Amino acid sequence: MKAILAVVRRDLLLAMRRKSEVLTVLFFFMIVVSLFPLGIGPETPLLRKIAPGILWVAALLASMLGLARLFAADHADGTLEQLALSPSPLGLLVTGKIAAHWLVSGLPLVLLAPVLGIQFDLDAGALGVLVVALLLGTPLLSLIGAIGAALTLGLRGGGVLLSLLVLPLYVPALIFGAGAVEAHVSGLGAGGHLSLLAALLALAVFFAPWAATAALRIALE
Amino acid sequence: MSNGLINWFRYASPQSFYPLAGKMIPWFWALAALFTGVGLWISFFVAPTDAVQGEGYRIIFIHVPASWMSMFIYCVMAGWAAIGLALNTRLSGMMATALAPTGALMAFLSLWTGALWGKPMWGTWWVWDARLTSELILFFLYIGFIALQAAIDDPRRADKAGAILALVGVVNIPIIYFSVKWWNTLHQGASVSLNKSPSMAQTMLWGMLVMALAFWMYAIAIALMRARAIMLEREAHTEWVRSLPEVTGGSAR
Amino acid sequence: MNWGSAGEFLAMGGYGLYVWGSFGVCALALAMEPILVRKRRSDILRSLRRERMAEEMETQ
Repeated sequence: MKAILAVVRRDLLLAMRRKSEVLTVLFFFMIVVSLFPLGIGPETPLLRKIAPGILWVAALLASMLGLARLFAADHADGTLEQLALSPSPLGLLVTGKIAAHWLVSGLPLVLLAPVLGIQFDLDAGALGVLVVALLLGTPLLSLIGAIGAALTLGLRGGGVLLSLLVLPLYVPALIFGAGAVEAHVSGLGAGGHLSLLAALLALAVFFAPWAATAALRIALE
Repeated sequence: MSNGLINWFRYASPQSFYPLAGKMIPWFWALAALFTGVGLWISFFVAPTDAVQGEGYRIIFIHVPASWMSMFIYCVMAGWAAIGLALNTRLSGMMATALAPTGALMAFLSLWTGALWGKPMWGTWWVWDARLTSELILFFLYIGFIALQAAIDDPRRADKAGAILALVGVVNIPIIYFSVKWWNTLHQGASVSLNKSPSMAQTMLWGMLVMALAFWMYAIAIALMRARAIMLEREAHTEWVRSLPEVTGGSAR
Repeated sequence: MNWGSAGEFLAMGGYGLYVWGSFGVCALALAMEPILVRKRRSDILRSLRRERMAEEMETQ
């Protein structure tokens, strides 16, 4: 546990030294979301209907941005090999790195989403559901993405390949996440979607660090 | 028991699997041809015209087997991947690599025939039906697997990385299918179900089963052929490849 | 027997384009794949044979 915290603290510190990267992800999220009304037209009812989908797709793409760097920097300077040799199990350290990645590139999206949701005229209840769904969904994205990042570590064309591997696996998160807001708006209640999202998250917390660790060990061989 | 295990491991080395596969391939081709002949005959001459869909429904005889095979091949691929990770055998990675293009082809054929079926039946080439959508995502998973392996130069790493991806994929396929189905029922778009044609005649079912067998035999034959080619490529500098009759200048079978 | 004539068989009750489009592409794809795999095999065999010949020349 102490090891996880140490890794999280270290990665956060590194991220704070490169604030521009965090801000890039945020601005990317904002720009993608703002492009949709320009492409579709300013009719409020239509925008309100598609807002959850847009916000979720934009969050998916934004969380992809930082993924390629999740292990790459540590791999380049040899830290990763030190971590693999350290006495604490690599799986825990990887969990720490994933947690740090979420804090840096997932949590800001969650906090920013309601502001962008207002642009699409979502009401307070829908915004609340959106935040909860993103809160459950973005860690899921980081966890699944970590597997892809570990698999493509050090490969040519890694970034594009990474999105090819990871985006299809994001489909359930997208469906339940965007669906939760839509279900709330249509009066069905978001409970079912949110609990399924939580179940997926629990599953991913259990399996994803393990798979990512196995992939890392292969990449380090 | 221990004897069986030893035999099994003996065939798990490329060196002994290569000639064995060479002997099996013609048999699987023969079976594939036989089942294709019988299946096509049932599809076109035995199965009666459908009351609702007319003759257009005959696409089912390749659409359904292609869909089944695309899912089945992914599971077999993941099975080989698991064996490869657990036992660290060279053969299993080669088999998984050999299966992927055929699986992707099956997924493509399923999508293609689905579109050609949808056009006359639903009036559009594509509907966001739960099955078609999950088939599309399955196709993406295959493409991802092939692209990942293509990007890695070292075959051993390619095998292992592909194996992890295949296992992650196989865990996700049911989740994806379930989520897409959930999404589809919630949105109640074009929910014309494919298997709810009023009464699936017995002959139709038989036609589908025989065609599925034909696709299955085809998939085995082509995967073995591709696995043999991969073995030659990867083990080009080993003694057993160099002393093969087709390399030393014997028959180039 | 469902068909009175070859023309009827080809027309497929008005669905000819779709039925033959499906079966045709399927047949084409499943015929191309073995050809491509066979080519892959003959390519690697040719290069193996060439290497072997080069080695024999060297040792002579």
